[in-house]
Amino acid sequence: MKTYLKAGLAGISMALLLGATSLSAKTLVYCSEGSPENFTPALNTTGTSFDAARPVYNQLVEFERGSTKVIPGLAESWTTSADGLEITFKLRKGVKWHAVAGYKPSRDFNADDVLFSFERQSKPDHPYAKVSGGKYDYFADMGMTKLLKSLVKKDDYTVVMTLSEPNAPIMANLAMDFASIHSAEYADSLLKAGKPEQFDQVPVGTGPFSFVMYQKDAVIRFKANKEFWGEKPLIDDLVYAITPDPTARYSKLKANECQFVPYPRPADLAEMQKDPALKVISQSGLNIAYWAFNVTKKPFDDKRVRQAMNMAIDKAAIMRDVYLGAGTAAKNMIPPTLWSYNDAVKDYPYDPAKAQALLKEAGVTTPIEIDLWYMPVQRPYNPNAKRIAEMMQADLAKIGVTAKLVTYEWGEYRKRAQQGEHTTAQLGWTGDNGDPDNFFFLRGCAGARAGGQNITKWCNEEFDSRLKKAALLSDVKERTKLYEEMQVIMKEEAPDMTIAHSIVFEVMRKEVEGYKQSPLGGHKFIGVDIK
Amino acid sequence: MFAYLLRRLALTVPTFVALMFITFVAIRLVPGDPVEVRTGERGISPERLAQFRHELGLDQPVWKQFLDYATGLVHGDFGTSVVTNEKVLTEFLQLFPATLELAFFAMIFAILLGIPAGVVAALKRGSVYDQALMGLSLTGFSMPIFWWGLLLIMFVSERLGWTPVSGRIDLIKFYFEPVTGFMIVDAFLSDQAGAVKSAFHHLVLPMVVLGTQPLATLARMTRSSMLEVLGEDYVRTAHAKGLSPFRVVGLHALRNALIPVVTIIGLQIGGLMAGAVLTETIFSWPGVGKWLIESIGRRDYPALQGGILLISSVVIFVNLTVDALYGFINPRIRHGQ
Repeated sequence: MKTYLKAGLAGISMALLLGATSLSAKTLVYCSEGSPENFTPALNTTGTSFDAARPVYNQLVEFERGSTKVIPGLAESWTTSADGLEITFKLRKGVKWHAVAGYKPSRDFNADDVLFSFERQSKPDHPYAKVSGGKYDYFADMGMTKLLKSLVKKDDYTVVMTLSEPNAPIMANLAMDFASIHSAEYADSLLKAGKPEQFDQVPVGTGPFSFVMYQKDAVIRFKANKEFWGEKPLIDDLVYAITPDPTARYSKLKANECQFVPYPRPADLAEMQKDPALKVISQSGLNIAYWAFNVTKKPFDDKRVRQAMNMAIDKAAIMRDVYLGAGTAAKNMIPPTLWSYNDAVKDYPYDPAKAQALLKEAGVTTPIEIDLWYMPVQRPYNPNAKRIAEMMQADLAKIGVTAKLVTYEWGEYRKRAQQGEHTTAQLGWTGDNGDPDNFFFLRGCAGARAGGQNITKWCNEEFDSRLKKAALLSDVKERTKLYEEMQVIMKEEAPDMTIAHSIVFEVMRKEVEGYKQSPLGGHKFIGVDIK
Repeated sequence: MFAYLLRRLALTVPTFVALMFITFVAIRLVPGDPVEVRTGERGISPERLAQFRHELGLDQPVWKQFLDYATGLVHGDFGTSVVTNEKVLTEFLQLFPATLELAFFAMIFAILLGIPAGVVAALKRGSVYDQALMGLSLTGFSMPIFWWGLLLIMFVSERLGWTPVSGRIDLIKFYFEPVTGFMIVDAFLSDQAGAVKSAFHHLVLPMVVLGTQPLATLARMTRSSMLEVLGEDYVRTAHAKGLSPFRVVGLHALRNALIPVVTIIGLQIGGLMAGAVLTETIFSWPGVGKWLIESIGRRDYPALQGGILLISSVVIFVNLTVDALYGFINPRIRHGQ
């Protein structure tokens, strides 16, 4: 025992004597907010998991860094048939797969990999379909199950995707994380070795960084892929230090233990902005917080009542007191960063007297009682739904409406709201792919059924026909026109009150350069350097 | 002695079954299930919801789920996490060394400071030192861990820059594959200059935070136990025989005074596990405490149930060891009297 102790102490003192040596490589430490579920985006639904896999993978088409514009990825180019049903992708040649411990690729990326990546999600009898739980939520939610009729390999570098109907948002869908391209060869080798689960734990991709290791709840390490086909990474090592507590993230940033942090606490922002060692950037988030009126319930079946509700609430006060500067008042369903945003739409003014008059006109005799549901949790688009509900309650009291505040456990809340049990309820949405359809479908007739996502249960023919038509068109101009009209209809019909779009902040050390904030909310470190 | 241990071991079986039942029922009383939590604002079609519930066995009656779970446990299967699809036991074993390392050092810190402080306080009963120490230990005992941890980070790490804010090692300077999961040991094995120092550096604050409450308890316990023993006849006799005060206190009094203190140390392990949940959260320490907290949020039933059972097993095992140790120190216990 004594000998061990001596040896241990000798080791410690040696270490102390030698001191810490720093490696010359450029390392960026990103203090991420949580652990990924695994490294296969198709299996996951959280931004945290997508962020963890993003350095490794590419998609056929990708979002340009810092925008929602779709650009070529592993597909160099693509053509769509005249009827909009067939998309032919020409694949990039000479793209190398990463090597990881125990696996060395023998070939470059080709059409087999594309087929593997989609068939795993679309074919229930695929050897990988059930691996790691096999739940492909995004593939199903983006309508791909019905939309994808077939995917055929024409030659090693050409694949043809056939759709069941023309679909304009398809290219944006294909740029999403769930459509990441995986190595079919790696999958085969693991299947032969009898350990297919490793496929989702040790990722092999074609992206700018290759996976090195992951220690649950502690750290994920990546190293630059020197053979990357696109813009070369400017840092050598990328480290995700998993730090769920925002206060700890801020402390680590100040101590230079990490150089980049997401999701700062709004209360820390003022101090962060004053710190000369830090840079704070922000952008309107791709999200919306709204207050939905259940139009199937009286008196909300009358649009004048819904308009009155819009006029009764002091939105500016909510922005000031709840969002604390980290939000912009919303007049439309989509945020101003999204194409087709209709700036000509006028929001309802805060006018309690007019609201009262409208109620009277609609034959509502006050006082009336309604229920006002609020989420029990903080969401990216709503920092404090309860506080907002309390402020609304006070505003509504002024026009003779008594609002009873109601909440449930978060899962239960959504379920009941989707069933339409509420009269009015707060909720919101975070966009996935930067296509307006990804927001407006929330007010479509398809979602108005019991259990559907349209919790207003509002089904308006004028709105819905445009929504459907826009999804089939590929001409952006025509789509824009339709979406602009839909925003006018929505404002007039007022199935909800659009509350706010949150502002997303990111904080980094001054030395970090070249980072571009994504309107989609994810994090990408290609093009980022440390000076 | 063997029969005594066997008796104690047999007693753990009902404890274990009760625990299993309580965790199983308690988590199901919380509204929301893993599928709903996963769904988010997006919603889910009734067909897919039914399919997922079926796959996870959530469509079965609760008694059937419990029976399946119990059967699995008997076969050593703690289930599979519904979030990561990894075996609960595998996840636990990945994370547990971090918690163990933290708890071990926190306990050493508490013992090394708490026992001598208690002894000195007892020897100088009524002095300023005694008063100050007892006042301090009361403060330490009532200190909320979360507040204490954040306070230390702000002062020691941010203001003075003496220790890192969180984590287990400097991620920029050092990289090595985990071998044992104990960072100090792995750093030592890695042969990288400065790694052990960095690991210690990262351990200091969490250790102090987690060790504060046991430290305060041990100091108070040692003091009162010492006071009792110091008044005993045999201590007076030892003094009368002309033994040096050091021998009287160190050999005769302390050894006897430590008997209740050892029990307290055993009982503190349960408290340490509870404290670890908070400490790990503040210091981003990748242990089982933080894992459990996240599992609650995700309604990861198997991870939660398995995690709690495994932690309980550790606590039960430590208490059993302490009991055995206690029997060893005090032969009267061993014989069941």
